[in-house]
Order: sequence, then C-alpha cells, then structure tokens
Amino acid sequence: MIDKLRADVMSVLDVVPSGASLAVGGFGSSGRPDTLLDALCDLDRRDLHLIVNNVGSDFTGVGRLLAEGRIRRLTASFPVLPEFYDEYFAGKVELELVPQGTLAERLRAGGSGIPAFYTPSGAGTMLADGTFPLSYTADGAAAAERMTRRETRDFGGREHVLEYGIVADFGLVKAYQGDRKGNLRFRLSARNFNPLAGMAGRRTFAEIQHLVEVDELHPDDIHLPGVFVDDVLLASDASPKQPTIAGYSS
Amino acid sequence: MTETMGPAAVRGLSREGIAERVATDLRDGFVVNLGVGIPLLIPRFIPAGAEVVLHAENGVLGLGPAPPPGQEDPDLTDAGKQPVTLISGAAIVDSATSFAIVRGGHLDVTVLGALQVSADGDLANWYVPGKNPAVGGAMDLVAGAREVWVVMEHIDRTGRPKIVKKCTFPLTGRRVVTRVYTDLAVFHLEDGQLRLKECAPGVPPAAVRERTAAPYVDDFSG
Repeated sequence: MIDKLRADVMSVLDVVPSGASLAVGGFGSSGRPDTLLDALCDLDRRDLHLIVNNVGSDFTGVGRLLAEGRIRRLTASFPVLPEFYDEYFAGKVELELVPQGTLAERLRAGGSGIPAFYTPSGAGTMLADGTFPLSYTADGAAAAERMTRRETRDFGGREHVLEYGIVADFGLVKAYQGDRKGNLRFRLSARNFNPLAGMAGRRTFAEIQHLVEVDELHPDDIHLPGVFVDDVLLASDASPKQPTIAGYSS
Repeated sequence: MTETMGPAAVRGLSREGIAERVATDLRDGFVVNLGVGIPLLIPRFIPAGAEVVLHAENGVLGLGPAPPPGQEDPDLTDAGKQPVTLISGAAIVDSATSFAIVRGGHLDVTVLGALQVSADGDLANWYVPGKNPAVGGAMDLVAGAREVWVVMEHIDRTGRPKIVKKCTFPLTGRRVVTRVYTDLAVFHLEDGQLRLKECAPGVPPAAVRERTAAPYVDDFSG
C-alpha cells in the first residue's frame, strides 16, 4: 500500500542537510508552506539555497529563515523584505534575480527533464548580460560576483536568452487537500508556484490543510499527482512562528 | 520641492484622468494585465458593456474588485498580494501557465508604469541603481504581451522628461513599448517611430514638444 502520510514533521525534514537547495511554493504568504519552513528553522538548518518567488513582507516563513541567518543564496523575482537587502548589500546572502515567468518555467522545466530553454524575457537586460551583482563585498562597496551571462540566440529576428531548468534537492509545497498517495489539490491563487516547486524537487514534501480519503479527489481535479510527492504532512493550524534566534542582523 | 527652470506651467490630466483615458481604449474581450500605480485605477473606468478579463501574474484570470471588509480570503490575492474577488467566468492557473499566457502572446495588453521610455520603445521600469532590486513579472510581461502600454507622468519629479532618446536606467525590455499615455499626451510607436497621436484637453502640442526629450512626429490622423 502506498502511504506517504507522515505524522512528525521534524523527523521527516531531518533528512534535509544544511547547504541543501529547496524549491518552495507560495506567493508572499499565500500558499507558503510555513509548517515545513518552521521545521527547517527548528532543526537548525543553515547555508540553504532557497528557490522561491519572494521572501514575503515579514519575519515568518521564508522571512524567518532569513532573520535567523539560514539563507546562503536566494533565487527569486521579488525579494521585497527590506532586511533581505541589508544582508545582500552586506555580502551575507547571494541574490540570483530572475524574471518571475522565467523562474516558474525553470522549475517546470527542471521537473520535466528539460535542462534548458530559450525565452525572450530579460533579453538585453542586466539580468541576462552578466552585470547584475550576485553578491557584494562585506562593505557593500562593490560586486563580489556577478550573475552568469546568458547565452543568446535569435529566433524570428528576436533575441532570446538561454535559461536553465532548476532541479532542487527538495521541494516544499502547501496544498489545500491531499490524500495518502500524495495527490494534491490547491485552492484559488494559493496554487501559484506550488505545483512547479513540487515537480522540481528530487524529494518533495507537501503540507496539506485537509487530509482526504483516496478517491475523494476526482482524478480530473488533482492539480499535482502523487508521483511528484514523497511525503505528506498535516499543516499546523498555528500561526507561523517568529524568529527565535538572532541571525545576521545581530 | 525642487525648483527647476522649465517651460511654463501646463495642466494636464490627473492620475484618474490618465486611467480613464487608457480605459477608453480597452476593447470588449481584451485580456489585460495591470501594473501597480496608475494602472490599478483603470478598472473603474472600463466602459460598461466591455467585458475585459484582468490577469494577475500569480495565476488569476478574471480579477474582480476588492472584497468588502471581513470577507478577504487569504487564498485569493492579486500580484500585489492584496485581497481580491473573482468575476463570473474567472479561472485559476499555476505560475508557469500564468506566464505561458503572457509569453505565448495570449495577453492582449499589459499596462504598466515607467521610469523612462526611449524613442525606440525601450522601457526602463524595474530598477533604480542604488535602490533595492526586484523585477517580478515585468520583463516577461513586456517581452510577451501583444501590446505594451506605458502609463506615467510626462516628466519626473525634478522636471526631467521621461520620454528620452535613450534610457539611462536599466532596461526592462528593448523595443517593447507600443503606446505611451501621460498626463499631457498619447503616443503610439509604429514601425519604430514615435508618433504623437493626441494632446490632453487644453495642452498645446508645443508644451508636449518642450517636455519630450526624444524625436517624434505629429500624427493626429487618429
């Protein structure tokens, strides 16, 4: 029998080592897997590479990882949180800034066995020409490293850039409903990056708001089938946790 | 307030006035993405009877107005993370499909603000060097939408023209802008040529010329 339902989030996420890469669903706090992110903090994991559209607007979820100094690199389109930039300009965290549609497609491609693709998004900009600072020196005075220059190619007389698919060590997603086989259904705009992060993870954890019986989700209504999901956990009803240790900012 | 030695004062459209002017160009059946700022004022001015589908990058097709207080749903937001409602016939997709709509040419118009627009239709709107960089979906939207309409004040806060020969701010996209709506005028870019199509009520063409730092031709042919 396939049973991916797990009871204890801490013992499941214990397989995630410090230094891992994580594809994370959510758009701001909408659809963000806070139970899983909190577990990573509680397990004291560090040096993480997060692939997530944005940090959010406070110190919960991805923001808690940041506040506790657990992020080494962020691959994102819209970091937002001012404190993130303080760390970026202090040379403490790297930023790979990616157009939002490119980020979504890189996750989809990575999860689909497509190593790279051409897109018109970003052609002729700082995010493709190798000038955008990936990291700064500690005094913030200069770029320490720059983002890779994208290869380009003309299609139909128009420049396109080569973008690489993303395969992450782990995928972290939040769903509205799920069953023991890992079949997931999302709700409204909380779907966003979740199916893509789930596809891109070599091993994917799903936190679900509601556990349903197998067959309760109609096959036509499954947004991410269990083939992409390895472990299913119930989402905590509690509010996401605040930072419990001071990180970079101390 | 910075005092600048500029041309004589001229009163153009208000922010609402610009939004209303853009709305009159939205056609029944259009699928449209609206950026932050003035574009978000557009929905209230969409002509009655025109069914316009509003797209949000986070996967919503068919955005409705904000919900009444107390009826916000945390699972239903727009790309600015504000609570929204859905119109009848709305659809929800994941982020990859949302940008397939954008890049695949299925979006009729993207309406967004700008720091600068160049004579060639280059757009700079995502990053002021020295400030905090964030791009969101802007580069995808301008690369993929059939039409890119820029909505902005004609000059910046220090009195400098925002329509320029060549952008000095980092680009969002090259040769992507198709129209520019400002408080003073409407321009179209056709065949690589910037064309002044109309001036706001009471604004003389000379006032537009004085405040525009890019070459253009007058083309009031409609």
